[in-house]
Amino acid sequence: MRRDVLTGEYFTEGDIACAEGAIAAGCRFFAGYPITPSSELAEHMAARLPEVDGVFIQMEDELGSMAAIIGASWTGVKAMTATSGPGFSLMQENIGLAVMTETPCVIVNIMRGGPSTGQPTKSGQQDVMQTRWGSHGDYEIIALCPSSVQEMFDLTIEAFNLSETYRVPVVVLGDEIIGHLTEKLVIPNPEEIQVVERRKPLERGNYSPFSFNPEDVPPMACFGEGFRVYATGLTHDERGKPNMSPETQTKLVKYLCDKIRENTDKIVKYKEFMVDDADLAIVTYGSPVRTALSAVKKGRKEGLKIGLLKLSVLWPFPEKAVKRVSDMVDEILVLEMNYGQILREVERIAGLGRVRFFPKFGEDLHKPSEILKFISRCGK
Amino acid sequence: MNGLIEAGVTHPLDKYLRREMIPHIWCTGCGNGVLLNCFIRALRELNLDMDKIVVVSGIGCIGRISGYVNLDSFHTTHGRPIAFATGVKLANPELQVVVISGDGDLFAIGGNHFIHAARRNMDLLVICANNFNYGMTGGQYGPTTPLTARTMTSPYGNIEHPFNLVHLAWASGAVYVARWTAVHVTRLTESIKKALGKKGFRFIEVITPCPEIYGRYNRMGNALEIMKWLRENSVIQHFTDPSKVDIEIGRKIVVGEFVDKEKPVFTDLIADLKRKVKDRLEAESKRTLTKI
Ligand SMILES: Cc1ncc(C[n+]2csc(CCOP(=O)(O)OP(=O)(O)O)c2C)c(N)n1
Ligand code: SF4
Ligand SMILES: [Mg+2]
Repeated sequence: MRRDVLTGEYFTEGDIACAEGAIAAGCRFFAGYPITPSSELAEHMAARLPEVDGVFIQMEDELGSMAAIIGASWTGVKAMTATSGPGFSLMQENIGLAVMTETPCVIVNIMRGGPSTGQPTKSGQQDVMQTRWGSHGDYEIIALCPSSVQEMFDLTIEAFNLSETYRVPVVVLGDEIIGHLTEKLVIPNPEEIQVVERRKPLERGNYSPFSFNPEDVPPMACFGEGFRVYATGLTHDERGKPNMSPETQTKLVKYLCDKIRENTDKIVKYKEFMVDDADLAIVTYGSPVRTALSAVKKGRKEGLKIGLLKLSVLWPFPEKAVKRVSDMVDEILVLEMNYGQILREVERIAGLGRVRFFPKFGEDLHKPSEILKFISRCGK
Repeated sequence: MNGLIEAGVTHPLDKYLRREMIPHIWCTGCGNGVLLNCFIRALRELNLDMDKIVVVSGIGCIGRISGYVNLDSFHTTHGRPIAFATGVKLANPELQVVVISGDGDLFAIGGNHFIHAARRNMDLLVICANNFNYGMTGGQYGPTTPLTARTMTSPYGNIEHPFNLVHLAWASGAVYVARWTAVHVTRLTESIKKALGKKGFRFIEVITPCPEIYGRYNRMGNALEIMKWLRENSVIQHFTDPSKVDIEIGRKIVVGEFVDKEKPVFTDLIADLKRKVKDRLEAESKRTLTKI
């Protein structure tokens, strides 16, 4: 029996689904430091990885966890860590290193309330902008945002695939509600799961581990394969040699951003519900999608012309999808569990005047009735 | 050096160096060159498979060493080489993983990773180039700067007590601990060879002169004079009690081997654990998740 893909139907938690998705995607190394509400994920990895010839290690902190997964990735093993806000802050240092050295790896952030130690056991979506801008310097990163236990599984696989394709760290932005929610999970047959394997260089002779061409993310030679690779967090040329010239800095920074920007259409994932004839569209992501959808269905029954745009990829930001919807409706309502983060992106695309905002803090999601009440006040 | 390469002059150690990275950035007379030399000599004398050694360094003058060795290598963020190397070793236990970094990198910003990797008996060789200061950033005091020494941030003399690295490594659980200086070329090379032949967390401290900055502030003379000073002011005393080998101004530096023991190695323990899990799985074919 295969131990990596546990095909079947289950009733389980989001954190567990995420761990199983990682293993199904080929993850064989996990380094982490316990933190609520992501510890269940680490605990499950500790039990499961040895079954599939993988390694789990509990590091001394999140600085080390992030460094260790980059080391494992450079040694040819798909690697992941999981954390929540305070740990995510510590990881920013080496997320930058992963970006700079084009290291595929996956970081799961089961968001809780912040700032600082905040609300360890409550949900939040306050790390959205930190995910995008948290490490210093100019860069682009990919962030996926599941809104169900099934999506915790599916999008974690997608996260590994994208990180291998673009050689970039990918963040799975869950939140306490999704992480701890128990609902149905279907793990398909292994043949139905699409897994992107690491591309290896064919010949040693003229191999360049890095690139300046966004159309051409290079294959990745790893330690022990005879390529004698060298990677540095310093600005470097295609061979990896440190180079402090303005030309190299320009080429490198542009490349690191453009390899994601120019592939935005291929990366983004979103879903529209009943927007075609809508006067107002809700834009949301993660847990709030769940109650927002109920609100839309309920509102429709009451004759309200409302729809929903659910974003499953937050970074790179799905500008075209938001633009399309904003062109169709009169008003947009952004729902998020913070004081206005994706709101800024939506306002940037749709224009300031037409975007309403309904923030929510702490444990509870926006109730469908609250959403409808808020909508009834819009446009007035 | 470049001129010699262009003229086709070769050296038996050339194949251990990445030519395209030379010239190096180190000052004339810097002890880092001696350490690099001893390290690659040890590799040559052991005739190790160069495709199976990984060198990981942090940030600092010595941190550039990962670029100069013609091996798989990685220049991590400041303080993180041991954590990075932990990931490498666990991902492929066949590789010999060596961390070479500075006193600031390994014991200030990276101190936590050092003590925990030693505690776990992570299978790594860690070599510290201890030049008593932060060379790269212009010579500020660090965790090994002796009391009263002058640096850019201790203009009136250092008032912080330094680490005794030998003692720290011993207390954290290292299975091999040695200290040498840049004048102990043969002994250092032998020590590196010995450490490469052992498993578990191995630590070698190398006192490396920084004539350009630390030496200058402390009026230690030129590189040659510092080397002479090191020869006259160090004494070999193997297996001295690690708690008694603090480095203090006005006292001889005790060098030698201080720990050489065996204890279960983390990578072996992981392999045992995996075997146990496999046996158990074979015995019972139950799934981890409870199906609906
Ligand atoms: C997070 C961070 N803080 C500070 C620095 C600046 N910095 C670069 S090297 C260095 C000290 C290096 O000292 P050491 O490890 O002793 O190496 P040396 O230069 O003496 O060989 C510092 C503080 C940095 N690169 N990163
Ligand atoms: S500053 Fe000191 S440690 Fe750095 S290269 Fe120069 S002599 Fe060596
Ligand atoms: Mg130093």
